[in-house]
Amino acid sequence: MEKTRPLWATPLQFVFACISYAVGLGNVWRFPYLCQMYGGGSFLVPYIIMLVVEGMPLLYLELAVGQRMRQGSIGAWRTVSPYLSGVGVASVVVSFFLCTYYNVINAWAFWYLFHSFQDPLPWSVCPLNGNRTGYVEECEKASSTQYFWYRKTLNISPSIQESGAVQWEPALCLVLAWLVVYLCILRGTESTGKMEQLANPKAWINAATQIFFSLGLGFGSLIAFASYNEPSNNCQKHAIIVSIINSSTSIFASIVTFSIYGFKATFNYESCLNKVILLLTNSFDLEDGFLTANNLEQVKDYLASAYPSKYSEVFPQIKNCSLESELETAVQGTGLAFIVYTEAIKNMKVSQLWSVLYFFMLLLLGIGSMLGNTAAILTPLTDSKVISSYLPKEAISGLVCLANCAIGMLFTMKAGSYWFDIFNDYAATLSLLLIVLVETVAVCYLYGLSRFESDLKAMTGHALNWYWKAMWGGVSPLLIISLFIFYLSDYIITGTLQYQAWDAAQGQLVTKDYPPHALAVIGLLVASSIMCIPLVALGTLITRRLRRGDPDPAPVA
Amino acid sequence: MEAFLIEVDGAAIGRRRNTTCGPWGRMWIRHVPVEEVLYLVSGGQEYAWDTNEEYLFKAMVAFSMRKVPNRETTEISHVLLCNVTQRVSFWFVVTDPSRNHTLPAVEVQSAIRMNRNRINNAFFLNDQTLEFLRIPSTLAPPTDPSVPIWIIIFGVIFCIVLVATMLLILSGIQQHRRKHKGPSEMEDTEDKCENVITIENGIPCDPLDMKGGHINDAFVTEDERLTPL
Repeated sequence: MEKTRPLWATPLQFVFACISYAVGLGNVWRFPYLCQMYGGGSFLVPYIIMLVVEGMPLLYLELAVGQRMRQGSIGAWRTVSPYLSGVGVASVVVSFFLCTYYNVINAWAFWYLFHSFQDPLPWSVCPLNGNRTGYVEECEKASSTQYFWYRKTLNISPSIQESGAVQWEPALCLVLAWLVVYLCILRGTESTGKMEQLANPKAWINAATQIFFSLGLGFGSLIAFASYNEPSNNCQKHAIIVSIINSSTSIFASIVTFSIYGFKATFNYESCLNKVILLLTNSFDLEDGFLTANNLEQVKDYLASAYPSKYSEVFPQIKNCSLESELETAVQGTGLAFIVYTEAIKNMKVSQLWSVLYFFMLLLLGIGSMLGNTAAILTPLTDSKVISSYLPKEAISGLVCLANCAIGMLFTMKAGSYWFDIFNDYAATLSLLLIVLVETVAVCYLYGLSRFESDLKAMTGHALNWYWKAMWGGVSPLLIISLFIFYLSDYIITGTLQYQAWDAAQGQLVTKDYPPHALAVIGLLVASSIMCIPLVALGTLITRRLRRGDPDPAPVA
Repeated sequence: MEAFLIEVDGAAIGRRRNTTCGPWGRMWIRHVPVEEVLYLVSGGQEYAWDTNEEYLFKAMVAFSMRKVPNRETTEISHVLLCNVTQRVSFWFVVTDPSRNHTLPAVEVQSAIRMNRNRINNAFFLNDQTLEFLRIPSTLAPPTDPSVPIWIIIFGVIFCIVLVATMLLILSGIQQHRRKHKGPSEMEDTEDKCENVITIENGIPCDPLDMKGGHINDAFVTEDERLTPL
């Protein structure tokens, strides 16, 4: 008797699992950045259009495939066509890369969370230098939040070539992060539920990309989640719900992020003004309180005319405070989460409380997404009869977590943050576009759209809306092809790839070129997942030919 | 009288007879002014800056100098203040007993550095509100506990997660064992039933407890024999 597949206890659990997977750190640190770069509110137009035209149809497709085939990504695509199991393998490979580097973010969030229980917050003050006459130079040149991130958390090296040793503090946090993930996935995936300038083409491309990656298409996680559904589950409704909630979270997060930007900009602008006022008051022995923000400009002019020599001495130290330049700092990624936000938090009242809440939220987002990522790897492994007959589910999960943790130690080295950026930028981007393209084409043209339609009708009882058919058959594949061509040409045209390295002497980021071995790793990352598709297809072709060409196998002794 | 210029880094170059204030020893006090009256505000204490406060200041500086070896005879009258301005900033110098020379800048600086805390406290001010030009204050280091706080919290969370994981693994192993024991238990009772059948003249014994549901034996006919699974 075949073992029955575990099921979600309620459809709501499935929806929550999908939402918790889709709503991740990208909603917090990527979407607000894109909004800011591409015209604020007007970015919502291409974003929503892409959501409706690309995001929802592809999300529905993945969920429907998972629910219909009732297997993880490898098995599901093997059922569609034996030559296509490479797509599933590619998904698993990409998910593996993602798991390896994504949990490092949770490790950093744990680090900051544990450091939030101090007064004052460690990133709000600079440490003193050796002879206690001033602050550490690197901290003076940069800011205390940047110093805490680059020196105390990452202990970053000046370039990617100088690897340095594994830092034990972030390594410990990484072990804890993996332990927490293991604890959550221990009982199997089914238990995870229990908890932008419109004319600018770049705006449209970035909207399409953001929707694509924000929903987590192509990793196999959605297929894995949906495979645990009852066949009669209405995944069309769930697809729409999940994508709408994901996008609303992004928009909400950008509202919060913009208010944080505003608070930080105002605070920095005012303290800059105060510094200038103090400098002038001290230099010219003015009465305290005489200089205010309002009369600063007039007084400066008066001083320049009345005491020209003295003013010219002091002039180089006077900074030009401007609210606009403070607001223009647009940051994304780890820089936003760990530098800009912490800078805003340190200036709030009861900053320890806000800090704890904020990093706890980051952890919830990160671990929620990690559960989906690990499900993408574990479901095909536990589905495979070969592996699950030898090892119980707990052991497989433990081994996967251990392997990822060991490889993740690479990111806790001194140059780890640079490798993290490489993985973040290149491990998933191009490969996912290709994987989802092949998925869409496979379902529509290899498996047959009408056959899939009748399957869905038999499963759920509803007929397939013409809208989905139009999107799956035509619009979405064309969109993905154009995105793919754009990114490929962008990579080729830009020539050599560059990265931002932290210069401790200057206290700021500088641009450097990637060395050849880093470029090789990038190429390997992209190729290893993409190559799975043709290689497995070729392998299946060869084994079939061999079997056909050898009708009487030699009897086994 | 010649102009008197004292280098900050070097020693005093006092050549003249009459000593006057030099521009190096300069301090200022940050305060919140109320009209023409100068108030010092610090820690809730308010007081006006008048000649008595100046006297206190001279006394503090003389006190600091008296702590320096060879300078125990410094008197309050040796400390000279001048150029007092509205925001309470002024210059001062310390002369030697003969009133002919001013003391070297370095000596006065180090003496004040040693007693900075007491000078601050005399005026209810701190390093930020009472500034001596070119006397850098030694910054107080933040208190460093012997064990960093983050390790303690990390340890607590780590132990909790580890214990929870162990519990889940153990309960999972127990479940496996119970599942494997379950079918074999079923077989035992069925064997017993076989024996009972031979003993109890042909009436089949069905393991009602195992299967659940109730079967009324009254309706069991000879043809209907419940086959054990």
